[in-house]
Amino acid sequence: MHTRLLKSFLVALLFALSINASFAVKIEFHDFKTKQQEQLYLQLVAELRCVKCQNQNLAESNAELAKDMRDKTYEMVIKGATRADVVGYMTARYGDFVLYKPPFKAKTLLLWVGPPIFLFLSLFMLFKLIRGQKNQPKESLSEADRNSVRELLASNAKK
Amino acid sequence: MKFFIPFAAFGALVALLLFGLGNDPKAIPSPFIGQPAPAFSLPRLYKPEQKISTEDMKGQVWVLNLWASWCVSCRAEHKVLSRLIAETKIPTIGLNYKDYGTEDYGDEALQWLASLGNPFYAVAVDTNGSAGIDWGVVGVPETFVIDKKGIVRYKFTGPVYDQAVDEILIPLIEKLRKEEG
Repeated sequence: MHTRLLKSFLVALLFALSINASFAVKIEFHDFKTKQQEQLYLQLVAELRCVKCQNQNLAESNAELAKDMRDKTYEMVIKGATRADVVGYMTARYGDFVLYKPPFKAKTLLLWVGPPIFLFLSLFMLFKLIRGQKNQPKESLSEADRNSVRELLASNAKK
Repeated sequence: MKFFIPFAAFGALVALLLFGLGNDPKAIPSPFIGQPAPAFSLPRLYKPEQKISTEDMKGQVWVLNLWASWCVSCRAEHKVLSRLIAETKIPTIGLNYKDYGTEDYGDEALQWLASLGNPFYAVAVDTNGSAGIDWGVVGVPETFVIDKKGIVRYKFTGPVYDQAVDEILIPLIEKLRKEEG
């Protein structure tokens, strides 16, 4: 039974891997003058978002628009543009939306501070709950209560 | 109180998710609204030796429509867009975005307009899509309204439909025409 389960799991895993492989996009090969430029290019296409297919970055997407944006990025990097230049160019056209890492400003405040606030809030609640449980007074039964319990149990046993 | 807090938290979460459900993830706010229109100077489809540029449109309210013959929803939009142009007499540049296809350059775009009608004031040819990127194209069709000062005032993403023409575009064009140039 276990081996069968393991086998089907392995088959499923293989399938998952092969599907994944077919989704990999063939990125154009580019020549770079320096290692730094290549690094910058790879970093940028990983960080910029494809606006057409919103859950992929430029490197992963095979949309026509993503290719154009990669080409533009390459063109700018080759001409000696800095990271800020390319990011500025893209945000001027597509807004902050094009960045997977949004800038910290009034509009994105909640986005940045929200998660830590929730973390602290939930840790605080958890802590309070645990403390509360510890401090709960142990209720002791009075002798009259004990007697009534005994009576009840005894009457139940007779039935 | 003990029951109220989890209940309120649940209610807030439901409200947030409901709000998210109503949002269109494809509606990316355009950074161009209120900004000067990105300049282009492109060959005209019918007169390739001539150029049409944003500069030519200064001093009037005009519309820029990005389209392509390979774009299916542009075909769907065409009738509605033609009606908008006919009713408002708004000078409209059709930016023919990356229209490739046959070896005879521009052939498919010409056939498309010949069969569906050409409502445009001028058709600008953007073969490599560089003007498209300058205008932050995500997917054709896209429609921009530019005021007399050359400021982009509105962007409509996707095919324009009758209701949008009557309720958004026509009132906006009329309003912008009353503004000083």
